[in-house]
Amino acid sequence: MNSPSKKPLLSDPRMQRIAAPLMVGAVLLLLWQALCTAFEVPVYLVPTPAAIFKTLVADWSLLAGALLVTLKITFLAFALAVIIGVAAAFLFVQSKLVEASLFPYAILLQVTPIVAIAPLIIIWVKTPIIALTICATMMALFPIISNTVLGLRSVNLGLLNLFRLNRATRWQTLVRLRIPSALPSFFGGLRISCGMSLIGAVVAEFVAGTGGTGTGLAYQILQAGFELNIPRLFAALLMITVTGVLLFGLMVTLSRMVLSRWHESEME
Amino acid sequence: MKREDTIPMDGLPEMKSERDADAVLLANQVEKTYPNGTHALDRVRLQIGRGEFVSLLGPSGCGKSTLLKMFAGLETPSAGQIRWWGGSMATVNTPGRTLAMVFQEATLMPWARVADNVRLPLDLAKLPREHSMPRVQKALDLVGLGKFGDVYPRELSGGMQMRASIARALATEPNVLLMDEPFGALDEFTRNKLDADLRALWAERDLTVVFVTHSIYEAVYLSSRVVVMAARPGRIIADVPIEGPLVRDEDFRVSAQFLGYCKQLSDLLTAANTGHAH
Repeated sequence: MNSPSKKPLLSDPRMQRIAAPLMVGAVLLLLWQALCTAFEVPVYLVPTPAAIFKTLVADWSLLAGALLVTLKITFLAFALAVIIGVAAAFLFVQSKLVEASLFPYAILLQVTPIVAIAPLIIIWVKTPIIALTICATMMALFPIISNTVLGLRSVNLGLLNLFRLNRATRWQTLVRLRIPSALPSFFGGLRISCGMSLIGAVVAEFVAGTGGTGTGLAYQILQAGFELNIPRLFAALLMITVTGVLLFGLMVTLSRMVLSRWHESEME
Repeated sequence: MKREDTIPMDGLPEMKSERDADAVLLANQVEKTYPNGTHALDRVRLQIGRGEFVSLLGPSGCGKSTLLKMFAGLETPSAGQIRWWGGSMATVNTPGRTLAMVFQEATLMPWARVADNVRLPLDLAKLPREHSMPRVQKALDLVGLGKFGDVYPRELSGGMQMRASIARALATEPNVLLMDEPFGALDEFTRNKLDADLRALWAERDLTVVFVTHSIYEAVYLSSRVVVMAARPGRIIADVPIEGPLVRDEDFRVSAQFLGYCKQLSDLLTAANTGHAH
């Protein structure tokens, strides 16, 4: 058996979590580059990673501006989804009647394809950025509502009895019991929802064809497609993907910061 | 402590129920029938005096936990009354008439440190921190967790979590402690230790305990009185005063007196079960 000091770096689970996917990515990129070069694939079909990277650098100001627009919509939608979703969840757990009356409509929100109603919203709402934000919010809303409701309801019955026994007010029970109990599933909702708001922002812009005064990454993808500027299309796509991964990572970190001291899901 | 002046100096067997005649709790013809027709409790009559340690002993389904929850006001009887200090449940938790309950599980808030868990009932009663903190520390010291206030519940063993749960109940300085099979999930050694500590805790203060258990040994060891219950329908079949030293050590567990009570209770439970066998 190896002594701890002689252990290869990759046997450390933390290193594994970071290094292993990076190595897989590097190998795939090298393979991609090698195959494109070897078979002389034309750049308008599949550009090499090197060509994509070159375009990313050359078109940076254009793409970064587009990214900023997409990010603005994403964050606006995400923030709105959190605010509206949490408010709706609190409303739902107040009474069974309220939940029974409104929850089916929350599900409606979830099952309606956003591409089908985005054109309507874009017609109804004059300002494109607001229309796109509404579409993205609609996509991001449901995971927040359903997970927060689940969390607010999954209160330990014994603790609830203890609060009753000590004559806790509704407010005390909410703040000291229901909200902390709901945090783990609320953060689960955040993880899903942040990705959904990005997808919503991109999809809605695809449907709209424009982000208004400023154009987002989806518009760049559309435009690059028309112009057969495939490296730029890939570069824009790459930026969306990286943004999504970073957003997810941000949520994971946030959740770990809040829950690591007590919740099983976040323990090392 | 109020009780100490009444402890017999010669260490004669104790019978607190006779000594403290004033009733703390009175259950009068209490019944519980569930909507599905289950008759959980049938005409239960029980009086508990100040300073008693009463165990409700019986098999699963005899309604002992249900009865305790009714005492706590967490369930309502289908018929009959429960009187605390001669009044209704609403008079409870006024000064000198306070209840605390310990559940089957430790039911600690996982997101709060042990000290914050223990302080919870005081926080809910809006007691200022400078008054509650010393009480929390005192309660933690009493259960032997004086140094564990800053850790999270998951860092404690099952027995220590139960101790924290008891500290939370003691922090309110209750007059009556209701305990619902609190040590049922613990291993025997931990359980015996906690039983001994609980008995000592009770012996040195003015505290009335109602303790639900299905362990004959635990009931005899802890109690000044054992109320034996049977199932289908849940009812009281015997009320056995336990005489024995006030301070009970490990020797008491193997004494002829202890074993005699165990035999007596075991026979009572067996007779009740065979008498109603289907």
